[in-house]
Amino acid sequence: MSVAHDHDHGHDDAHGGHHHHEPTFMERYIIPTDHKYIAQQYLWTGMFMALFGGFYAYLFRMQMAFPDMWIPFFGRLSAMEYNAAITQHGSVMIFWVAMPVLIAAFGNFLIPLMIGADDMVFPRLNRLSYQLFLLSAIILIASWFVPNGAFGGAWTAYPPLSGDGNYSLTPMGSSMWLVAVAVEFAAFLVGGINFIVTAMNARAPGMRWNDVPMIVWMICIASLLFMASVGPLIAGAVMLFFDQNLGTNFFDPRRGGDPILWQHLFWFFGHPEVYVVLLPATGMVAEIVPVFARKKLFAYDSVLYTAIGTGVLSFFVWAHHQFVAGIDPRMANVFTITTVLISIPIAEMIFLYIATLYGGSIRFTTPMLWALGVVFSFLIGGVTGIYRGASGADMYFHDTYFVVAHFHFTFFPIAFIGTFAGFTYWFPKMFGRMMNDTLGKVHFWGTMISFHGIFLPLFATGLGGDHRRIYNYNHFADLATPDLQMLRIISTVSLLILIAFQFVFIYNTFKSLFWGPIAGTNPWKATTLEWTTPENPPSHGNWPPNAMPSVYRGAYEYSVPGRDEDYWPQNVPNKAG
Amino acid sequence: MQLYLLPGSTYAGDIDSLVLLITGIVGFWYVVTNLMFFYLLWRYRAVEGQKALYVTGHEPDLHRWIAWPHYLIIACDVVLIVGAVRVWYHIKQNLPEAGETVRVVGQQWAWSFQHPGKDGLLDTPDDIKTVDEMHVQVGQVVHAKLESRDVLHSFSVPVFRLKQDVIPGRVITAWFEATVPGVYDIQCAEMCGIGHGIMAARIHVETPEEHQAWIAQASPQI
Repeated sequence: MSVAHDHDHGHDDAHGGHHHHEPTFMERYIIPTDHKYIAQQYLWTGMFMALFGGFYAYLFRMQMAFPDMWIPFFGRLSAMEYNAAITQHGSVMIFWVAMPVLIAAFGNFLIPLMIGADDMVFPRLNRLSYQLFLLSAIILIASWFVPNGAFGGAWTAYPPLSGDGNYSLTPMGSSMWLVAVAVEFAAFLVGGINFIVTAMNARAPGMRWNDVPMIVWMICIASLLFMASVGPLIAGAVMLFFDQNLGTNFFDPRRGGDPILWQHLFWFFGHPEVYVVLLPATGMVAEIVPVFARKKLFAYDSVLYTAIGTGVLSFFVWAHHQFVAGIDPRMANVFTITTVLISIPIAEMIFLYIATLYGGSIRFTTPMLWALGVVFSFLIGGVTGIYRGASGADMYFHDTYFVVAHFHFTFFPIAFIGTFAGFTYWFPKMFGRMMNDTLGKVHFWGTMISFHGIFLPLFATGLGGDHRRIYNYNHFADLATPDLQMLRIISTVSLLILIAFQFVFIYNTFKSLFWGPIAGTNPWKATTLEWTTPENPPSHGNWPPNAMPSVYRGAYEYSVPGRDEDYWPQNVPNKAG
Repeated sequence: MQLYLLPGSTYAGDIDSLVLLITGIVGFWYVVTNLMFFYLLWRYRAVEGQKALYVTGHEPDLHRWIAWPHYLIIACDVVLIVGAVRVWYHIKQNLPEAGETVRVVGQQWAWSFQHPGKDGLLDTPDDIKTVDEMHVQVGQVVHAKLESRDVLHSFSVPVFRLKQDVIPGRVITAWFEATVPGVYDIQCAEMCGIGHGIMAARIHVETPEEHQAWIAQASPQI
């Protein structure tokens, strides 16, 4: 198959063709086309947004543990602000943290480097993608400061509440939330197209489909899922915006609309979205575990098929979010079957990652600990999903804290544990310096233990009947018990500990950025192409134009018998090896 | 520590059994997977001078370690699906004959109830209307006709394990048969605006004598 670098001349004009000139401030930050700079912009913006998401979580957890008390750094949280905080927390963490960091930042950074290309196929489109994303983030944050504050109708934005300012009392906030979400989706649509086209057309000579590193596959599959699922939601967002501002009635039953229609449009996107962020995180596990187990990825094809299988199935499960929402009860049976079946590919994928450890020589470095942490924590999220997929049990668990605990055991391992795995692993390549391993491990154990301290008690409160999105449990006699309140306090205190440990990470990151020991070009002795760049971090174009890499083997050739070195990089010709 | 709510309806026990069944199955997989995970981590930790194995994962004697659990999971899935659908069918699809029908109206941010009163019929002058307070008789099948005046709400009675969203423009029927007299929470379980966190009501499950006494006392004077 043709794998020539025929995209090179396609963006010569964008790059100016000069590879050895130091970029100016303007070129680097305002109009960058280098995929590595755009990746960093996504990374830092996403991490900055995580501060907002985390602060919202701090606000509402404080309110739940210590109702109506004065909250340090904020003051008293009103019911309206509480609703806004939970809504913005959910929206920010999924759309403005998990998506930009896991897909956009790592996708931008890794795809060209891992397939041996000098940049994305559409570098200017790439820049547009980031700038749209930044615009959407600004709109979202600004919505907190408009009259009546940010939208507070939950991140699912069910109409009629979201469609009518008289119900939500946040007419401006609702519309701004909707615009921000729609602009953000446009940004990722553009970015995703770029990822797929680049991976399809710009692979190094000799790189066959099954030589492509798993994370590249995962990001491409995720981008395809996103492309295929987001259309209905963007259409729905436009309709809801019209309902809010132009007096249409798509979702308003007072004048013939149907509120359930929005739920279908939302969840038809919303469920594949879970796998859009899950797959890149599992891709990181697939990259990191082989490196530190010095072991070939167990059954590469099977991992790929489980990812594709999960992706395809994810389009047929959306109504499990709506079992008790007023859909035809017979429909629930179909969606119970499809939902429970998704356990098959996902369980197999987890087994394959665990099987990769078999016969390995495992080094417990910080990135490896995080990668193993993804598997360990996600397993809890995976098995508790079965309770939700089984319609009969979901009747009780729906919209309780059991749900909250369940999806945080999926999203936190993906969006944070997975990000920390990728960040600590590729940090030497991104910035040319090593992170401090001891501080990294302190951060790992502190984060893991406090994370479980937050959400394990919430399974119990959910079982005890705690509903979500409740401002003050003292209004519900059965919920205002000392036992439940103690669990809520344990959860909140764990959150405070988790936040405290993030300062270790911030300190380690900035200290290592400027004063960390200089990393070699391949500090982990890994096989994939990003570790073969002559400069570290790679300069514009990644490799010198006359020395672009060629590929001779798969991505995970570790501990090959008969070789002195226990790794065999993809670009080393057979004879020389 | 009293966390787990008492099962207060005829089908609460079915849901609890289903939850236990799921816990048994996923608990088994959770424990086995973690044992394997931590055993491999310990067994194959890096040892000086020892090289890792080179295997692709496609060797039949290795791949069966993935394939067999995989078939077992399919079998477990069938059990789970059958269990879930049976409970669901019983509660949501196959409604028993009503002993009493109560209209339940959700609105921002209160529940109002229209009980049939002495004649047992809705929309007659002797109906008993209450706010945030529902009265039912133990051992009687109650149909709740759920309506909303404005946005989505959800009628949830945790002790009954019952939950059903309430949608403006529709009437949705939910049913239950209470088994234990007492007073319990009704909670709104769907985000409905600023007052969602205070949208509470109480359900009074009464013995037949108590229920008749309440009807006699609460009936409007006509």
